[in-house]
Amino acid sequence: MNNDAAAPPAVPVRSRWRDRAVAVTVLVMVWMLLWGVFSWANLISGLAVSVVVLVVFPLPPVIFAGRLRLLGLLHFAWRFLTDLVVASVQLAVLAFRFGHQPRSAIIRVPLRVPSDLVLTLTGEAVSLVPGSLIVDTDQASTTLYIHVINVADRAAVEAFRRNVYETEARIVRAIGSDAEIRMLDHPVPAGKGELT
Amino acid sequence: MTADLVADILAGTCLISGALLSLAAGVGLLRFPDLLSRMHAATKPQVLGLLLILAGTALRLQNTIDITTLVLVGVFQLATAPVAAHMVGRAVYRARQVRTDLLVVDELAGDRAGEAPGPGDRVV
Repeated sequence: MNNDAAAPPAVPVRSRWRDRAVAVTVLVMVWMLLWGVFSWANLISGLAVSVVVLVVFPLPPVIFAGRLRLLGLLHFAWRFLTDLVVASVQLAVLAFRFGHQPRSAIIRVPLRVPSDLVLTLTGEAVSLVPGSLIVDTDQASTTLYIHVINVADRAAVEAFRRNVYETEARIVRAIGSDAEIRMLDHPVPAGKGELT
Repeated sequence: MTADLVADILAGTCLISGALLSLAAGVGLLRFPDLLSRMHAATKPQVLGLLLILAGTALRLQNTIDITTLVLVGVFQLATAPVAAHMVGRAVYRARQVRTDLLVVDELAGDRAGEAPGPGDRVV
């Protein structure tokens, strides 16, 4: 359960096969949903298609050191849905506030857990909630650069930054390893997360 | 109150609120000042808007084959919208199409200052 991302560890063969099995399962499920009915012919043709897809377009190795935690997943899903609704309504109201020029900011958020998977999922979650958009990422330092709309001042910027860290924490508590959860207690690297 | 009536009312509520969110997205797209702000309007309210419309449609159709297709539409929307938004946002920033006068702070500018211009960068 060692996930030291400073030197990217070689992905063990066993977990590569596990990743491929997960990918095949997901692809077969998509195939079945597209057909809409379960039949053995669909299952077998789906398996054939997904194997061909994985051979022709191999996926990059994903390091997944943690495990799925049901409570963490539920907590994340609930907060994600409420955030989605609240932020959608806020942005809709903003769109109808004629004569109001919204100000925005581009902020740097170096994540505390150095994992590509956490970086991707946090980016997706932040990006799906209205009002924030990923402008750039830095994989080496697992940093997200986020464009936030409708921030009036520095205080609002800092509030949003805390928000992103909370999203990261919820994701790690849902899928991370014990070591990754402990990393959440680390302070944000000095001079990186603060305004200069 | 029959179950059908309840389903109809729920479906109607979902469809109308989804349509309103899409309208807000359209208004925002026209009204917001620069490209990055417009990306927010273009990509975001319609995530929830589309999900609501899909839910409303599913309640009306109540047919397994159609519902599985609707689920797929929702899943692919959630998976692809952030990627598309990120690619446009990244290109916009590198092409210097951001209204910097409207930014409270830009922490990316300093980090990119030392880098050599890459493909897509507009050098001033």
